[in-house]
Amino acid sequence: MNALTMPVPDLSAYRADFPILSETVRGKALVFLDSAASAQKPNQVIDAMTHAMRHQYANVHRGLHWMSERTSDAYEGVRDKVAALLNASSRDEIVFTGSSTNAINLVAHSYGSLLRPGQAVLVSEMEHHANIVPWQMLRDRSGIALRVAKVTDAGEIDLDSLRAELADGKVGLVSVTHMSNVLGTITPAAEIAAIAHAAGAKVMFDGSQAAVHQPVDVQALDADFYVFTGHKLYGPTGIGVLWARRAILEAMPPFLGGGDMIGSVSFERSLWAEVPHKFEAGTPAIIETIGLGAAIDYVSAIGLDAIRAHESDLTGYALERLQAIEGLTVMGHARARGGVISFSIAGAHAHDIATLLDQNGIAVRAGAHCAEPLMKRFGLTSTARASFALYTTRTEIDVLAETLDRVRSFLV
Amino acid sequence: MSETAENLYRALVVERARRPLHAGEVEAADGAADGSNPLCGDRVHVTLRRGDDSRLAEIRHATRGCAICIASADLMAESATGLDDAGLSALWHRFEALLRDGEAGLGREDGAALGLLNAFADLHEYRSRRKCATLPWSALLAAAGTGEGS
Ligand SMILES: Cc1ncc(COP(=O)(O)O)c(C=O)c1O
Repeated sequence: MNALTMPVPDLSAYRADFPILSETVRGKALVFLDSAASAQKPNQVIDAMTHAMRHQYANVHRGLHWMSERTSDAYEGVRDKVAALLNASSRDEIVFTGSSTNAINLVAHSYGSLLRPGQAVLVSEMEHHANIVPWQMLRDRSGIALRVAKVTDAGEIDLDSLRAELADGKVGLVSVTHMSNVLGTITPAAEIAAIAHAAGAKVMFDGSQAAVHQPVDVQALDADFYVFTGHKLYGPTGIGVLWARRAILEAMPPFLGGGDMIGSVSFERSLWAEVPHKFEAGTPAIIETIGLGAAIDYVSAIGLDAIRAHESDLTGYALERLQAIEGLTVMGHARARGGVISFSIAGAHAHDIATLLDQNGIAVRAGAHCAEPLMKRFGLTSTARASFALYTTRTEIDVLAETLDRVRSFLV
Repeated sequence: MSETAENLYRALVVERARRPLHAGEVEAADGAADGSNPLCGDRVHVTLRRGDDSRLAEIRHATRGCAICIASADLMAESATGLDDAGLSALWHRFEALLRDGEAGLGREDGAALGLLNAFADLHEYRSRRKCATLPWSALLAAAGTGEGS
């Protein structure tokens, strides 16, 4: 069933799994609308991590002893869970990294070293800095050009502009977001992949936001690379994922060198381990990876389809409530969007809005959201942003809308 | 709004943010400088004129920013007018102390010297917003050439 036909599920019972949601802030019940920056954690994740530290922990892949073997099994088991989450064709295509940022930097260094001067990497105007700066660094170090596809006024990637940038066949890699952390826009990834491939380019999707709000199938998208970060998927910080096609990973040189990523080492030369271990130098984030596994089990049990349907209902409701507020403008109006809404209020600065909301226990983000070029594209310096998660309720959106109305009459 | 909101956004602050009294630019200025905060895009342009006694005779600001930033620029312009460089420096240090420690950290003399600037007494509880109030000051100190500010 897809989000359009699925009845809106009632996820309210899951709130009880998130202990932090019963905290108070400045004497008010916490209304947490900043999950796009980082999501809160359910007991299942917290417990899995503390269980590992209390009962089953040792370094992985190394010790010939009971604890190490069990911990290695738990750690490697998460690779299977991630492979299932993304519908990867093999567990060996899953590389654990520290975050989306680390994953993109890995690709920029390693795959970037296979590109030749004269070739280019193509991003879009709506990228997070994490999908801009590594490519600028690649450009400055090795002369690979950086091109930018335009974003329309509606806040969608301009596919004509994307095609135009690809037309000369010099783009080796298209790297774009699967969902904007500012506009909420869900990009047409399968279509973008087809366009990129037709021009001879590989394609990478930044799934930091998308993987949290909807099911992702890297094979159906026909992607070449896909990255996401654990802490936005209700998991811990310090763990992220790079998925890439096996043949690509095999062709790529290692990124970091050290233990765990080698077959054998001598001072003359070392042989690399097989993929994915070739890209996992040093002791990995064992406990965080186990936490990510618990987070994947958790969202899978609820169902990402159900989470999408819930958030899509909330987003529609929030757009309706917020747009009824005098002077409030929502940034972008893409046809396909997830639970992220950036807005401004005429005559009120985003920071004042955020501070006044905070005094009422409501957490939103304010600023440029690590996407300065996109803000500039829309002629803005900062906006406030409310973002939703599986635990967000309509009541919280009511509180936001009512408080924003008071904030406006106070400031303007 | 709530009681705490009224502490931070006192009537004087909201009033000056809406209708600053010292906005604009001094013609034939003796000093000018900009302050900007790349994190939020806020920007302050300060111009000043000195009198024959070299005291600050007129200060104006062109501010694009939040309410705290605009009100701070405006109340700064008002409070610093008439001061010599030593007086400006002393006022800045008192204001800095107010933002760091609140009223509790000040002596009675400091409180009196701060005058209108006491409107920002509760800002010390909002660390992430302090920069909004100090931004105009760094521009003024640079425009006055005192070699202070940040
Ligand atoms: C779209 C997007 N890309 C990349 C990132 C970077 O994620 P991380 O900081 O976990 O590496 C974020 C989150 O901040 C994001 O929203």
